[in-house]
Amino acid sequence: MKALLKEIGSGFHSLVTGMRITLGQFFKPQVTVHYPHETLKMPVRFRGHIELVRDPQTGKAICFACKACEKACPSDCIIVEGVKREGERRKSVTEFKLDFTKCSLCGSCVEACKSEAIRFSKDYNLASVSKEEFIMDLFKRLESEQPKPPQAQPEQSKEAA
Amino acid sequence: MSIIEPFRLLLFLVGIMAFVGLNAAYLVWVERKGAARFQRRPGPTEVGYGGLLQPIADGIKLLSKQLHVPPGADGVLFRAAPLLVMIPAMIGLAVVPFSESLVARDTNVGLLMIFAFGSINVMAIMLSGWSSRNKYAIISAARIVSQDVAYEIPMLLVVVTMLMATGTMNLNEIVQQQAGWFWRWNIFRLDVNPLMPLTFIIFFVCMLAETNRAPFDMAEAESELVAGAFTEYAGMGFGVFFIAEYANIILGCAFATILFLGGWQSPFGVWSGVFWFLLKMYVLVFTVIWVRWTFPRTQFYNLLNLSWKLLIPISLSTLILTAVVMKVLK
Amino acid sequence: MSALSALSSGETKGETFVINVGPQHPATHGVLRLKMTMDGEYITRAEPVCGYIHRMHEKMGENRTWAQFLPNTGRIDYLAAMAYSHAYVGAVERAAGIAAPPRAEYIRVITSELNRISSHLVWFGAFLLDLGGFTPLLYAFDDREKILDILEALTGSRLTYSYYRFGGVCNDVDDDFIRGTREFVAFMRPRMKMYHSLVTDNIILRKRLIGIGVISAEMCRQYGATGPVIRGSGVGYDVRKSEPYSVYRDLDFDVPVYPEGDCMARYLVRMEEMVQSLRIIEQALDKLPAGPVMASGVPRTLKPPAGDCCFAVEAARGRLLVRIVSDNKEMPYRVRLRTPSFCNLSLYEEASQGMMLPDALALLGSLDLVIPDIDR
Ligand code: SF4
Ligand code: SF4
Repeated sequence: MKALLKEIGSGFHSLVTGMRITLGQFFKPQVTVHYPHETLKMPVRFRGHIELVRDPQTGKAICFACKACEKACPSDCIIVEGVKREGERRKSVTEFKLDFTKCSLCGSCVEACKSEAIRFSKDYNLASVSKEEFIMDLFKRLESEQPKPPQAQPEQSKEAA
Repeated sequence: MSIIEPFRLLLFLVGIMAFVGLNAAYLVWVERKGAARFQRRPGPTEVGYGGLLQPIADGIKLLSKQLHVPPGADGVLFRAAPLLVMIPAMIGLAVVPFSESLVARDTNVGLLMIFAFGSINVMAIMLSGWSSRNKYAIISAARIVSQDVAYEIPMLLVVVTMLMATGTMNLNEIVQQQAGWFWRWNIFRLDVNPLMPLTFIIFFVCMLAETNRAPFDMAEAESELVAGAFTEYAGMGFGVFFIAEYANIILGCAFATILFLGGWQSPFGVWSGVFWFLLKMYVLVFTVIWVRWTFPRTQFYNLLNLSWKLLIPISLSTLILTAVVMKVLK
Repeated sequence: MSALSALSSGETKGETFVINVGPQHPATHGVLRLKMTMDGEYITRAEPVCGYIHRMHEKMGENRTWAQFLPNTGRIDYLAAMAYSHAYVGAVERAAGIAAPPRAEYIRVITSELNRISSHLVWFGAFLLDLGGFTPLLYAFDDREKILDILEALTGSRLTYSYYRFGGVCNDVDDDFIRGTREFVAFMRPRMKMYHSLVTDNIILRKRLIGIGVISAEMCRQYGATGPVIRGSGVGYDVRKSEPYSVYRDLDFDVPVYPEGDCMARYLVRMEEMVQSLRIIEQALDKLPAGPVMASGVPRTLKPPAGDCCFAVEAARGRLLVRIVSDNKEMPYRVRLRTPSFCNLSLYEEASQGMMLPDALALLGSLDLVIPDIDR
C-alpha cells in the first residue's frame, strides 16, 4: 500500500515535471531556419556537386584532361576529354561531363586532382523534373559563365582549399 | 412554449454548428502552432498571416478528395459512422450554458443528456473501425470499446459526486451555485469533499481517455496501428472524425468548466459572462494540447490498470466520503 | 494475462490473423517488413523479412579499388558512418602495414564518438516516437543538429562523411572545430539531465519499458547480438574495451551495463553511453597531440600484400567487423561486413513471441535497427 502511494506520488510528480519542462520550452525562441526566406551559409568545406576552376591568369579552365578524377570516381560519373592544341604545353579540356544522378558527392575526384582544377560548388538548391538536367557538361557551363573579375579569384580558391 | 422557441432553437443549432466548425478548424491551427512552440518550431506559416488560413486550405484539400469505400467494407455503416460521430458533441453543446442566458436548451436533465449521448461517440468510432474491413481498424475498434467503457465508470462516479454536492442536474443552476469569488467554485469546495481537486484531476484524465487524446490515443496509435479506426477513411470522411475529436474536446472542457471551475462566473464575483466561460474552457483546451505534446502513449493494459485499479477505487471512495461528509454536516 | 499464459503453453484459442508491419509502416523506420501472426493483440510469430534495400556493398567492394570503396562505408549505417569508415580503414591499414599518426587517431576517436552521440540521439527520438511521444524527437534532433554542423564544417558532409583515409584523415581539425566540440560537450551535459527528467523519469514511459521485452544474455550470445543490446542484458562486452583499437586504450571511460535485459535497460545503456562519449571526447581533446594527420609514404594506388585481415570496432549499434581478403591487386578480393543490426534483428522473432503489439514495437525500437545496416 505504501509502495503504491509512493508510486502514485512520484509518478504524478514526474508528469508535472515533464509538463513544466515542455512549458519552459514553449517560451523559448524557436530554432528553425525559415528555409526559403532565410538560408544558412554553407561551410567552406561543403561538398556540393563539382565544378571546374578557372585559371585566374588565362581565364580558361585549369583542367588539362589528365583523367585522374575520372579514374578515381567510384561511381563512374565523370567523362573528361581534351585535345592538345598547337603550341600549348599541355592538353586543354574540351568536354567535362558529370552525371550527377550517379554522383555520391564523395569528394574523391577533387582529392585526386593534383592541380586543383575542380572544386565543390556551394550550390545545394538542386531540383529538377528531368533527369537530363543533371547530366551536366561542366566545361560548357564554365564557358557560358561570365569570367569573374581576376581579383575575386584568389579569394575564391582560398575558400575552396 | 412560445411561438419564438423553434426559431430560437434553429438559431442555436446553426450557432452551435458554426461554433463547432470554427473551433475544430482553428483548434487544429492552435494545436499545430502549440505543438510547434513546444518543440521550438514555427508551425504553419505559409498560408495566410501566421498560417491562419491553413485550416481552410486543409479543408479544401480534404473536400476535393475522393470518398473511397474499400471493397468488402460495409458501405452503409462505413458512411454512417462519420455522421454518427458528430451527434453527441452537437447535442451536448445544446445544453451547455455559455452564459446565464446563452444556452440553447436550459433543461433540468442537462447533465444526464450529455452522458446519455456521449456514449454514441464510442459506438461511432467502433463502427468505423469494424466496417472498414481492415485489421488495424478492427484492433483499434476493440481497443476503443474497452477503453471507453473503462473510463466511463470513474467519470460517472465523479459526476455523481458532483451531483450530490450540487443537488441538481441543471447545468445553469450548477453554475449559479458557484457565484462569488473563485473559492466558491466546486473545485475548491473542500467542505463537501476534502478531495475535490483530486476529483477534478480524475475527471480531466477520464475526459482525455474518453476523447481518445494522447496519452490515451490507443485508437489512433499511429506508430502501431497506422491510423487505427480511421485508416481507411479518406477526404472529408477523415476530416469529420478529425472535427469530431476537437468537438469532443471542446465539449469535455466546457463540461469541466461548468462542473468544477464555475462556468461563466468570474473569479472575482463581478462582471460574469461568456468571456469567462470561454477563457476557462480554452485554458483547459490548451492543457489538453500541452499534455499531448509532453507525454508518450500509454500501453493498453496500463491504461486499463489505471482505470480499474486506481481511478475507480479513488472515485468510489470520494463518492462515499462526500456522502459521509454531507450526512455529518447536515 | 491469461491469454499470454495460454500462448506460452503453446495452445492458441481461436483464429490467428496476419498483419504486416512494414515495409511501409510508421514503426519500422525504413523498409523492414515484419510479418506478424497475431492472436488478438498477442503475437504468436513475428517474422522479419529483410532485403528490401539490399545494395550489395560486399560485392561492390570487389569491383572497385581499395580507396573507391571508402565512400560506400558511410552508406551502410548512415547514422554512424564514422565507425564504418574506421573499421574499413583500420582493416586496410592493418593489411598494408600503415600506421596512422597519433593526431589522426585522436581525431578519429573524437569524430567517431561525436557520431555515436548523434546516432544515439536519433535512436532516442525515434524510440520515443514509437512510444507515441513526439516532442523529445524534436529536442533530440535539435541537439544532433549541433553535432552535424560541427562535422559538416570539418568534413563537408552531414551524414556520409568519407573523412578517414588510409593512413589518417583527409583534413586537419581547426580551432573552430575544437571550440565547437568543447561547447557542445558543455551544452550536452545539462541536456542529458533535462532528458532524464522529461523522459526517463516519466511514469508512463517507465510503465511501458520496465519488464518489457526481456532478452536474456544467453539469447544475445546465441544470436550474436552486441552493442547496447547485450550490455542491456548484463554482459559488459564492448569492443573498445575487449579489443581496444585506435587510442581507446589511453582514454578513461566506463562501459555502462544493466542486467535487467528489458527495454528500460537498453534505453539506459544508450543514455549512459552518450555521457561516456562526452567524457571520451573531452579527454581526447585535452590529449590531442600535434603533428601530421596523414602518414607519409602511403602509395596512391594501394596494393596490400596478399592476405586476410580483420578489424572490429564498436559502432553505435554493436560490434562491426570488416574482413578483407587481398590478393595484392588494386581491388579487394573480398570485403566482408559483419554488421550489428542484422544480428540484433535476428533475435526479434524469438524475443517477441507472446508479446502484445505495442510492446513488441517498443522492443523493436529498443533494438535500434538501421535498415540499410541490416540489408547492406
Ligand atoms: S579535373 Fe583535374 S584530375 Fe580531372 S582531368 Fe582535369 S586536371 Fe585531371
Ligand atoms: S564526388 Fe565522387 S561520385 Fe561525385 S564525381 Fe566526384 S568522385 Fe565521382
